[in-house]
Amino acid sequence: MIRIEALSLSIHGLPILRDVSLAIGKGQIFGLVGESGSGKSMTALALMQLLPNGAEITGRAHLDEIDLLTQSEADMCALRGNEIGMIFQEPMTALNPVQSIGDQVAETLLIHDAATRAEARRIARDRLDRVGLSHIGMDRFPHELSGGQRQRVCIAAAIALHPRLLIADEPTTALDVTTQAQILDLLKDLVAEEGMSLLLITHDLAVVSDMADHVAVMQKGEIVEQGPTAQVLGQQNHPYTRALFAASSHQPDRAQMAGRAPLLDVENVLRLYPGPRRGLTRGDPVRAVDGVSFQLHKGESLGLVGESGCGKSTLTRAILGLDPIQGGAIRLFGEPVTPAMRNDLRAGIQVVFQDPYGSFNPRWQVEKLVAEPFHLMAAPPPDRRDRVAEALQSVGLQPADMTKYPHEFSGGQRQRIAIARALITRPRILVLDEAVSALDVRVRAQILDLLADLQSRLHLSYLFISHDLTVIRAITDRVLVMQAGRIVEEGETETVFTAPAHSYTRTLLAAAPRLDIMGRTGTNAAM
Amino acid sequence: MLRYLLNRLISLCLSLVAASLVIFLVIEVIPGDPAAFMLGLNATEANVAALREELGLGGTLPERYWAWVSGMLTGDFGTSYTYRVPVADLILDRLWVSLPLAGYALALSTAIAFPVGLIAASRRGTATDYGIMGGTQLGIAVPNFWFAMLLVLVFAVNLQWFSAGGFPGWADPMAAIKALTLPAIALALPQASILARVMRSALLDTLGQDYIRTARAKGLSRRQAVIRHALRNALIPVLTIIGLQFSFLLAGAIIIENVFFLPGLGRLIFQGITQRDLVVVESVTMLLVFAVILVTFLVDIAYAAADPRLRRK
Amino acid sequence: MSRLPVSLLLGAALSAGFLAAALLSFVWTPHDVESLVIANRLQPAGGDFPLGTDQFGRDLLSMLMVGARTSIAVALVAVGIGITLGVPLGLAAAATRGSLLDEIIMRGNDLIFAFPSLVIAILITAVFGPSALNAILAIGIFNIPVFARVARGGALSLWTLDYVLSARTAGKGKVRISAEHILPNIANLLIVQATIQFSLGILAEAALSYVGLGAQPPTPSWGRMLAEAQTMIYTHPMLAVLPGLAIVLMVLGLNLMGDGLRDVLDPRLRRQRT
Repeated sequence: MIRIEALSLSIHGLPILRDVSLAIGKGQIFGLVGESGSGKSMTALALMQLLPNGAEITGRAHLDEIDLLTQSEADMCALRGNEIGMIFQEPMTALNPVQSIGDQVAETLLIHDAATRAEARRIARDRLDRVGLSHIGMDRFPHELSGGQRQRVCIAAAIALHPRLLIADEPTTALDVTTQAQILDLLKDLVAEEGMSLLLITHDLAVVSDMADHVAVMQKGEIVEQGPTAQVLGQQNHPYTRALFAASSHQPDRAQMAGRAPLLDVENVLRLYPGPRRGLTRGDPVRAVDGVSFQLHKGESLGLVGESGCGKSTLTRAILGLDPIQGGAIRLFGEPVTPAMRNDLRAGIQVVFQDPYGSFNPRWQVEKLVAEPFHLMAAPPPDRRDRVAEALQSVGLQPADMTKYPHEFSGGQRQRIAIARALITRPRILVLDEAVSALDVRVRAQILDLLADLQSRLHLSYLFISHDLTVIRAITDRVLVMQAGRIVEEGETETVFTAPAHSYTRTLLAAAPRLDIMGRTGTNAAM
Repeated sequence: MLRYLLNRLISLCLSLVAASLVIFLVIEVIPGDPAAFMLGLNATEANVAALREELGLGGTLPERYWAWVSGMLTGDFGTSYTYRVPVADLILDRLWVSLPLAGYALALSTAIAFPVGLIAASRRGTATDYGIMGGTQLGIAVPNFWFAMLLVLVFAVNLQWFSAGGFPGWADPMAAIKALTLPAIALALPQASILARVMRSALLDTLGQDYIRTARAKGLSRRQAVIRHALRNALIPVLTIIGLQFSFLLAGAIIIENVFFLPGLGRLIFQGITQRDLVVVESVTMLLVFAVILVTFLVDIAYAAADPRLRRK
Repeated sequence: MSRLPVSLLLGAALSAGFLAAALLSFVWTPHDVESLVIANRLQPAGGDFPLGTDQFGRDLLSMLMVGARTSIAVALVAVGIGITLGVPLGLAAAATRGSLLDEIIMRGNDLIFAFPSLVIAILITAVFGPSALNAILAIGIFNIPVFARVARGGALSLWTLDYVLSARTAGKGKVRISAEHILPNIANLLIVQATIQFSLGILAEAALSYVGLGAQPPTPSWGRMLAEAQTMIYTHPMLAVLPGLAIVLMVLGLNLMGDGLRDVLDPRLRRQRT
């Protein structure tokens, strides 16, 4: 039983948490949900007493009879990993790269003097088997494992001593949807088996609704609503919960306007990467994109969905004429796309990338940033400034923003600037490469609305690349499902989602956590 | 692992060939006729021809290059024009001073730098840290040969604990080590300052990594996390710097030998320059460059031992 | 940008002091540094000779001022060589990552790294005889791979960023992207590295002229002042102490400035402040 009462936290005088109270019963899964910066992770780190320097904390936190906030550092060391285990978001960096995975799991036992070296290794093997890594040797190093496997190693190390509480801080955010489903299943099974409590921290309402018995919604360092999951998500008493819920399953209003004329014609495209070096020779080339064909029609919104490494980014770069292809053909408005293609052809297809922080040269003002694609024109238009102002207004920003620098904007505003930049040459096709994946749900919903609005106003065609099925379903007319360099299924979005034909599509859809099981009572009013 | 080794070995050989070409080009091709160059302006045509014959400067350039390289491979470094003895013998003699000196200095430098860097990193932001950082900043700014002169002034002239220079030979090992102590300290101090700073920042970098947080969540104390996880990861950048420093130590040793009148390679090479003995200069520089390239190779191997990501399969 | 770090201010003040002394020496020094007046030899500090004279009767203060000029000139030109040749090479290597050009540039770098600047100086001197130009060339050549590496490393991480991809979809070529997007954003790294190489250049120049491979008489230089003082160290230690102190303070000043600049310019640290 974990009890947090009136927990407040400030770091260097800056308030982070205010009056947080919650209780997690034995064997219970407690979901803590909120947007980035809401204080979810800090709550967990406060329980672990692993806060950064300058943290001042008041209130009480008990793990059964143990008062966590009054423990000495030495006593906390004895508790961490023993009574409370924790796993983090980024499995790629969470393990020591120069130590074998067996040693890293066994270390939990050794550090608490819970076993001899030989016993610890035996137990570590056992725990690795339990988390589904029975086929992986103890002497393997983290870089030899996939992200999902690494997260399993982290879980094995965290539960090696059967802790009373496991804290999982966004444990699946960095993972693909099928891997996410497996890891969440594993966590659920472990909770049932070990009788431990799980504090599951996530930004994803769907994950919580799938997993948690209890849920607390956090906003700006405060818990605004909590209770049994079905009740909180079903009734949505607090407006913030309603807003989150609505945004998570937001469906922008879109007009059907797909025409028949193909603007972009991708035909049997092959993209090879050189194979791994073998001494002086190389192995067989990797077929990153393997015989992909599709057409994008005028006014259409076409989705391309697939997991990381499936080749969708490689395909995108080929379509944008950034990389050469080794077979097949890409034709844009009937003309071939190559790295050497003409500038006026390029002006017809522009792109918005995922990362709102890496998308802009930090030393340029917005005017120069947005105007950069004018380079594609033979001569910059005389009304350059007016065009930039117009583009900024069309994405909901002010002409006055022209003189600002990118760091003065939030993530959502930066994505608006990126869209303005993509629109400045008045292209007919916009490629959106994970364009809303890095945004919080409410901002994401706003950007999706903007994209839907722009499409109907400007008669744009979208190629929308994403790993996120919800987003694809919300914004596309037709969808392509990509796996291992090939398109395995293609069809009307609704048809593919309701009656998937290919087994991989079915796996993807089954793995995606669903929010709609509770029925929707919220409205879009909170937007 | 084997493939990685083989790869590094090939790269070592290529570097050696490239370096030998550069040296050959500068010493034997650019001056035109090395024999005439060595004899100076007053040499008669007959003398020059005789020297050319003696040095084996007859054939074409590729022939001469091959003769030089294949000679070195069999231990024949040519004959010194001024000393009239095989250069290999000269080098071997001097190596027994220069090599122990560089090794002594490297050992001192790491022995000082590791604990100092560790202390500074683990007490980050405290007065100890600031003191160490200030001290190392000063240590980097001190030219080693000037520091050597100060050491002589204090420990040899005023306190008379050490002799001011010279080398008694290895017949009496204690006396030899004593004679190398001040030079080694002078060499080691600036390098130790750099290394300590690198050690500190490498440790601080690794301490900010996610896997340290994971380790703390498993119940390791700060100290245990440093010792069991941070140190070995921090070693990777530190190794790079140790490898780079070797070439500075070698260069520094050449200069320090001048302060302490040590009969090492440095003295040999400067005598070679003043006496226009190109054979000596050519062979000794090749040897120095060989040492640097060899150390780079050894560092690469140490990498593989420290980092499993490099020795896959 | 609220407050500049103390190290930056202190370092800049020290460096500016030496630079001012060096510039002043072009138009005025207390005494002529090239005339040897035996009558004035080994004067103690004070009076007409604020820091005393050496065994040839030259005024130490004047020698130190002109020596600063020599050091700064050599180190500055050497840094210039390193930047003008190294940075374009590094940018080209990064822009063509993994290509033959990249490979050739990086192998060439490794090769130069195998020749410490002293060894380069030895080779040049053996054939052309000693001169200040030697020192400049030797240090400058060694600076090329340093700047090439820093530029390539910084540029590689930028080439993966989306704004570079955006520029490519805007039809810009590699040269233009390197000039517009890459170079301005690695300028911080290069400035900090330049300060470090400048201070290393001062140290290297001192070492080279100490062993006679640098500036030749009668041009005064700190390194040769130390060499000349070596025989006098038993009787007149100040002759050896003063030039050494000058080197230490100049190098310390530059290093402090480099550290301070790094703190001010490092984008990671700056982001924390805003």
